[in-house]
Amino acid sequence: MRIGIPKERVVGETRVAATPKTVIQLKKLGFTVAVETGAGEAASFTDDEYNDSGAEIVEANGVFQCDLIYKVNPPTGEEVSKLKKGTTLVSFLYPAQNSALVEELSQKNINVLAMDMVPRISRAQSMDALSSMANIGGYRAVTEALHAFGRFFNGQITAAGKVPPAKVLVIGAGVAGLAAIGMSKSLGAIVRAFDTRLEVAEQIESMGGEFLKLNFAGEEDGSTSSGYAKVMSDEFIQAEMALFAEQAKEVDVIITTALVQGKPAPKLITKAIVDSMKPGSVIVDMAASSGGNCEYTVPGEMIVTASGVKVIGYTDLPSRLPAQSSEMYATNLVNLTKLLCKEKNGEIDINFEDVILRHMSVVKEGQITFPPPPIRVSQTQPTKKEEKQAEPNETPVKEKKDHSLLKVVFDGLAIVFFLWLGQVSPPEFLSHVTVFALAIVVGYYVVWNVTHALHTPLMSVTNAISGIIIVGALLQMNSSLTSVKVLSFLGILIATINIFGGFTVTKRMLKMFTKSKEV
Amino acid sequence: MSQGFVTAAYMIAGILFIMSLAGLSKQETAKSGNYFGIVGMAIALVTTIISIELDVESIAYILVAVLIGAMIGILLAKRVDMTEMPELIAALHSFVGLAAVFVGYNSFIESLSDHSFVGSMLIIHLTEIFLGIFIGAATFTGSIVAFGKLHGKIRSNPLILPYKDVLNIGLLLLSVILLFLFIFTGTSQFGIVYLASMTVIALFLGWHMVMAIGGADMPVVISMLNSLSGWAAAASGFMLSNDLLIITGALVGSSGAILSYIMCQGMNRNFFSVITGGFGNDMVSGETEEMGDYREISTEDAAEMLKGSSSVIITPGYGMAVAQAQYPVAEITKKLRDQGINVRFGIHPVAGRLPGHMNVLLAEAKVPYDVVLDMEEINDDFPETDTVLVIGANDTVNPSAIENPSGPIGGMPVLEVWKAKNVIVMKRSMNAGYAGVQNPLFFKENSYMCFGDAKTTAEAILKAL
Repeated sequence: MRIGIPKERVVGETRVAATPKTVIQLKKLGFTVAVETGAGEAASFTDDEYNDSGAEIVEANGVFQCDLIYKVNPPTGEEVSKLKKGTTLVSFLYPAQNSALVEELSQKNINVLAMDMVPRISRAQSMDALSSMANIGGYRAVTEALHAFGRFFNGQITAAGKVPPAKVLVIGAGVAGLAAIGMSKSLGAIVRAFDTRLEVAEQIESMGGEFLKLNFAGEEDGSTSSGYAKVMSDEFIQAEMALFAEQAKEVDVIITTALVQGKPAPKLITKAIVDSMKPGSVIVDMAASSGGNCEYTVPGEMIVTASGVKVIGYTDLPSRLPAQSSEMYATNLVNLTKLLCKEKNGEIDINFEDVILRHMSVVKEGQITFPPPPIRVSQTQPTKKEEKQAEPNETPVKEKKDHSLLKVVFDGLAIVFFLWLGQVSPPEFLSHVTVFALAIVVGYYVVWNVTHALHTPLMSVTNAISGIIIVGALLQMNSSLTSVKVLSFLGILIATINIFGGFTVTKRMLKMFTKSKEV
Repeated sequence: MSQGFVTAAYMIAGILFIMSLAGLSKQETAKSGNYFGIVGMAIALVTTIISIELDVESIAYILVAVLIGAMIGILLAKRVDMTEMPELIAALHSFVGLAAVFVGYNSFIESLSDHSFVGSMLIIHLTEIFLGIFIGAATFTGSIVAFGKLHGKIRSNPLILPYKDVLNIGLLLLSVILLFLFIFTGTSQFGIVYLASMTVIALFLGWHMVMAIGGADMPVVISMLNSLSGWAAAASGFMLSNDLLIITGALVGSSGAILSYIMCQGMNRNFFSVITGGFGNDMVSGETEEMGDYREISTEDAAEMLKGSSSVIITPGYGMAVAQAQYPVAEITKKLRDQGINVRFGIHPVAGRLPGHMNVLLAEAKVPYDVVLDMEEINDDFPETDTVLVIGANDTVNPSAIENPSGPIGGMPVLEVWKAKNVIVMKRSMNAGYAGVQNPLFFKENSYMCFGDAKTTAEAILKAL
């Protein structure tokens, strides 16, 4: 099969869907590749380089005669008219927004796979073009901010005075946000980041950012419980905006990446917030293409507000790094090709059994297949389950059930026993039981945190502190009975061995644990 | 001194103990954790001593006991080899158990002349004494046997008495009957008879339980005894109405219980099947079939292979501890790391005879702790590793745990060393491991056997590097 790589016709688009490197990879899978003349020019890939890696250089009309077309942007009207029937087209398509285009393509009987519809499952990561482009966008957003910002990002102490480090606030810690955090951090800035999803706090910290927590009681509910989502989200956004307003006075650069799927971007940075920022501050609005997170944002442009704040709303951030983004996008396409062509024989098969392909497919054999059915985890399971059931091996399931039932019964009995105990025992005893139960719970949580490497010191420390039984022996020393005194004496003696032995040996062991110097 | 002051001081000591355990969560804070423990203990002891009005004679006795105990304890702690840590820990457990027995008997003797307990409180008090002595006595003999087995004084093979389960259950029931008789008798001299018979039974049960457990299950046994010693202390706390003892005992008890659980997970075994003992006895037969040929490698070639690698993972087992090979191994690590080779260690949870035993041995030999990783941390890295050095480990690197799910060790999590490009196995002979299962790893195409004592072999490799 022949893969056609047209030159992108959208104004300002510098990317291309194949690089000389990926041409070689595609050829290895059994395809021939036709590249339109000048397709890679804007991304610094010359026709000669394509030629050297085995691609054929053809004119525009020739490219669209191929059976498989790899593109970056959705096809323009002119391009659609050039496509022949039965062609397979792979590109960004945004089918939800471009329903007319989808209709047109289906009438021409063109199979369409949308690169923006790669499902977010781990197997599909290698072809997730939205992520790879967002990564580049996040990087570029920082360099754009740096360019517009009249100062250093990192702090310096020089003979000419002290320079404080710039403070960067990143809103939204998706792929783009995380890339922006990492890039800002490596330039030496102080980076803070915010996201409504609490679980990304760790990722933010791993990139060197500081996670800003919201002073909001119901935050977790706001993101999970759908019934209350509306009410919560209003309050939530208010709390969020208060946080931003407070941060804006302090930070020098704000990079916003907040997007809600299928909806206009939330307006998080109001004009008032922008006006409160220091003159010379920069805002990069990465959500500009879907309306922007900032009220000042003009998509595609940089504006300067009356108070001297620069608001950048470029919508083509990945295109501003054409060589890099072409390479990543082209690699995403190669990985998709591997999925389409399992036999490596140069023929493709859009197999709907594969959730990734099913999800990406917009038109197949003239039928509009968008929107795809929601991906269920179980969808990938049936084959496996069938295999398992083929063996007469149902016992594990049964066992598990019994086990949990047993557990419930046991727990129930424990509760009944405890209630009975409470009923019949004097309060004095119960207060001890309370202390006992609480101490067990504390011990449980504390000990689970102990790293495996320190289990031996843990045991020796517990040895030492269980020597606390000495207290019992000490109290009994007071007795007037000789036998009690003798036993107490022995008890004190051996408990002391534990205390001193345990602590000393622990100290000795812990001294040995040293960290390597290089790391 | 007011009772309130004592309670407050005890509470502070209890919190310091909790902070002590919390400090152990990371290497960086572990040392301060130990100091918290020491401070807590000091507060508890000083408060206790000044809170009771003692005559001069008693103070003298206490001082003598503490001095002797401290001397023995510090001497033991300073002298003990890191390979002998399990023995020391076991010995310390037995002391707690014994002390609990003493405290229990004292409580009973005192209650004969003290009539402050009446009604249900008396029943509770007697039950507490009974339980405290029972747990203490079982911990005592159990730990002594564990000590003996670890020290090689007692055969480490499981001892299986006929009808051992029936025997255990019967004796437990008998103890329960004794408990009722004891409560029924109340505070009369005669109660001591029941108490003494129960003590004998508990001593026997502790002995019998650990005798029936084999050497490689020792991590579970030690953790379980750790837990028991904690419960013994907690029981003493109940009988003395002392919250500090209760808190400390509960902390130690749950710590030991969690460690036992982790160890059982590491072997994919049920806790009860471990403590009822006798693992491996009915499976040894039938597993001796030919697996094919294995290849030997000289120490020089092994050294060459290590030098030619860019990443090396070392997986030590009990064999390394027995041979005291940690020093040459650490030297090998240092030499290779100086040459820019990424050397790391992969530690199976149940490697050695004590939870975390390998980590302590490697730390002793000055292997930096950040290259010593847990099984979960390192298992995914084996496919990208050039050479794996298996030192004295067998069951923990056995591929049949995964390949043969119905086998004796099927389902046990193992270090997947065979996925590396090359595996060098240092072993004394071709004998099977503790589980009695032949190890297909040795017959894989990418593995090489390097026979001999781990220490001599490691030294020879070090020389050739």
